[in-house]
Amino acid sequence: MNTSIACPAALEAADYKSDLKPVWCAGCGDYSVLLALTKALASLSLRPEDVAVVSGIGCSSRLPAYTATYGFHGVHGRALPTATGLKTARPELTVICTGGDGDGFSIGGNHFVHACRRNIDITYIVMDNQVYGMTKGQASPTTDPLWDSALTPGGTGVSPFYPLVIALASGANFLARTFAGDPKGTATIIEEAISYPGFSFVQILSPCVTYRPDQKEWRHKVRKAPVEATSELGKAAKRLMLDDGFNTGILYKGRREAFKLTQNNGMKVEHDFISQFEI
Amino acid sequence: MATTLNNPRSVSIAVAGSGGAGALTVGNLLFATAARVGWFGTFTRTLGPQIRGGESAAMVRLTTEPSSCPDDFFKVFLAIDWKNIERFASEIPLSEDSWIICDSDGGDIPEIIAQTGARIIPLPISEAIATVKNGRTNMVALGILAALLSLPDDSLANTIEKKFAKKGADAVADCWQAVEIGRALAAHLPAIAKAEFPQPVQGERLVISGNEATGLGALKGGIRFVAAYPITPATEVLEWMSLALPKLGGSLIQVEDELASINAAIGGSFGGIPSMTATSGPGLALMTESLGLAVAAEVPVVVVDVMRGGPSTGLPTKSEQSDLNIATYGLHGDAPHLVLAPTSVDDCLLTTQWSVHLAESLQTAAIVLSDQFMGQAKAAIRRPADIDFATQRLVLDHDQGNPDGKYERYAITDSGVSPMAIPGTPRGQYTADGLEHSPSGTPSTRNEHHAEQMDKRLRKLTCFDYGQYWASVEGDGDIAIITWGSTTGAAREAAQRLRQQGIDVRLIAVRLILPAQPEKMAQALQGVEKVLVVEQTHSGQYFKFLKAHYELPGAITSLHRAGPITIRPGEIVNRIKTWIE
Repeated sequence: MNTSIACPAALEAADYKSDLKPVWCAGCGDYSVLLALTKALASLSLRPEDVAVVSGIGCSSRLPAYTATYGFHGVHGRALPTATGLKTARPELTVICTGGDGDGFSIGGNHFVHACRRNIDITYIVMDNQVYGMTKGQASPTTDPLWDSALTPGGTGVSPFYPLVIALASGANFLARTFAGDPKGTATIIEEAISYPGFSFVQILSPCVTYRPDQKEWRHKVRKAPVEATSELGKAAKRLMLDDGFNTGILYKGRREAFKLTQNNGMKVEHDFISQFEI
Repeated sequence: MATTLNNPRSVSIAVAGSGGAGALTVGNLLFATAARVGWFGTFTRTLGPQIRGGESAAMVRLTTEPSSCPDDFFKVFLAIDWKNIERFASEIPLSEDSWIICDSDGGDIPEIIAQTGARIIPLPISEAIATVKNGRTNMVALGILAALLSLPDDSLANTIEKKFAKKGADAVADCWQAVEIGRALAAHLPAIAKAEFPQPVQGERLVISGNEATGLGALKGGIRFVAAYPITPATEVLEWMSLALPKLGGSLIQVEDELASINAAIGGSFGGIPSMTATSGPGLALMTESLGLAVAAEVPVVVVDVMRGGPSTGLPTKSEQSDLNIATYGLHGDAPHLVLAPTSVDDCLLTTQWSVHLAESLQTAAIVLSDQFMGQAKAAIRRPADIDFATQRLVLDHDQGNPDGKYERYAITDSGVSPMAIPGTPRGQYTADGLEHSPSGTPSTRNEHHAEQMDKRLRKLTCFDYGQYWASVEGDGDIAIITWGSTTGAAREAAQRLRQQGIDVRLIAVRLILPAQPEKMAQALQGVEKVLVVEQTHSGQYFKFLKAHYELPGAITSLHRAGPITIRPGEIVNRIKTWIE
């Protein structure tokens, strides 16, 4: 739920972008995600200074610096705890966490599960390209087990991680999947994710043109989910468990209460703590 | 009972027993009563790693003036029973002057105890307790010890009432009856101390643990957000703060691991709220990568490490100072940061408060090295002085923002400190980054940027005037003891004893370990010809640190050993006397 004050003059998506040129390859899906995110922020009329985008390490984790909001580019895998600390300490900020599949589900897997459990009111956007791009083409947790790489010749032989299923089981309150090739639809979903109370998780299929040229085919595979979002856990579980990974849209909207934030920034209060130790 | 006894300056008592025997309760009640009548001192405990039960020993040292270390020997060792005594007998040194009080029906005296040559005083404890309904042996033990210390009835009754009131009047009466039995059993023994003190002024004295004092200091320094993951022996810092923070508008969250706690603290601090976490060695090891992030991104953060024996899981319930190396050298890359160490239970307050002030003022990471001994010791102390540190974090002015839109978060400044924009500040937007960056914060691999940012981060720490608190420098003479952390207590007492014997000794107890302060140290060491370095590490970590970072005059030698056997003042005295003879 967004508690920030709307800005007086209407801003456009471009106003939420910085001047910095992304390091991403031409054709990378992450450009569209950046566009979608800035569109969503503009549409919500959030003041750029009241928004913080937090990330870890990886291609997509470079995103915060490309926005004109506050940003935090931390260490690999720890974006969610950083975002959790920021939101707990400053509940009035709109906190968005961004990153990739390696950062979020491998090194950061434990934090992912616990962030869903905590159900704190932040939005987590994962640009999933099923590969480690920054280290030049290794398998990630969402990679197909037969995908060949120099580090895992012949494939990992390990069953992939199903982020939405794990998120649902762990307690996330809002689940969606989008395709980077549809920035407009993605923007709408991000907007709704930010507005929805609790932990919102948006998996964005964001093709890697360099290490996964096969993902060009995704544009033909994705489809709008044939059913509306559900609030029923059992229904959502069945839907996600049987899903082929290409259904897009909002897939689950839970009714869990968001993590209670109590920090009060009128911090000058004095309290006599020492008397409890007096003899 | 002797009536002409002069109060000794120090009395040490140990009470041991197997799981469920209640040795720690005896220690607690005895210490609380003694503190109320006017004794200073410390109450420490030693126990095995069992979750509940298991053998334990309470060690109480009472002194007429404040003290913060165990004495060389215990005067009284009361064994509620002998089970598993060999596991910690070495932590309870006894001499021929000591008294061992035990149950006449408690079986043979274990060889490890008998060989100390201490006087053995069997008392018919179990026989006497059998005559009372709901009689607790440990309350008999309390009665015996209260008699030996001449603790007044009303004070003792008051402590017992407070402790057992919840269990009802009958329980209190039962306890008191057992205490009376103990008193009667000890009636034929001479008292070892008197309780004749001027009544302490209300509010002038505290009974507090190092972990509580640490929490208090953190709040006083301005901490308003804590991310926590439990670990022995640091958990009490976090538990105390969890209750205290909401009263100040702050909060504490328990997170999934130490990687989360350090990064959540960094996140909170990025948000402008002074933030910290507390942990022990294994947790600090997990946090080191992110401490480097705090250094590079210039986000103030405080990590309290209540040290225990290492490496690995090591000795979780016992003290050591062996995290010095990881705290000073553990961050990858060149990562200038602060390492501080309190010198006693009461100093946990000042040092933690000062650490928050320094981390905030210098926008960097501060590691505070406390340890299990002082963290979990309860001390009866004088109320610490109320000190305020004025400087806080330099932030981008909320009203001004930055009119020309060219705010540079990592601007190169003379002091190395640059104004930090806090989210919510208009026109202050930037991305904090652990990647090397230009002054504006954009990622950069350029040599010039790396060089100037490295210089900036170091300059912040080297240009700062740390003032008087870098160390406690006490006394004169051409012999100096340099120490840090909880071994300061023993070093201070050794220096006092040596001075009483006509040997001038200087004590330098260093609070600011990193960055090293060579000029201040040179001044403190003027005229010194011999330096003894005292520390609780197996490899002499601080001795090596001093040799690497300081020019020390004359001869230098080291007294160091691993935990858990605390370094005692007598050892330091002997070492110095042997050295100068």
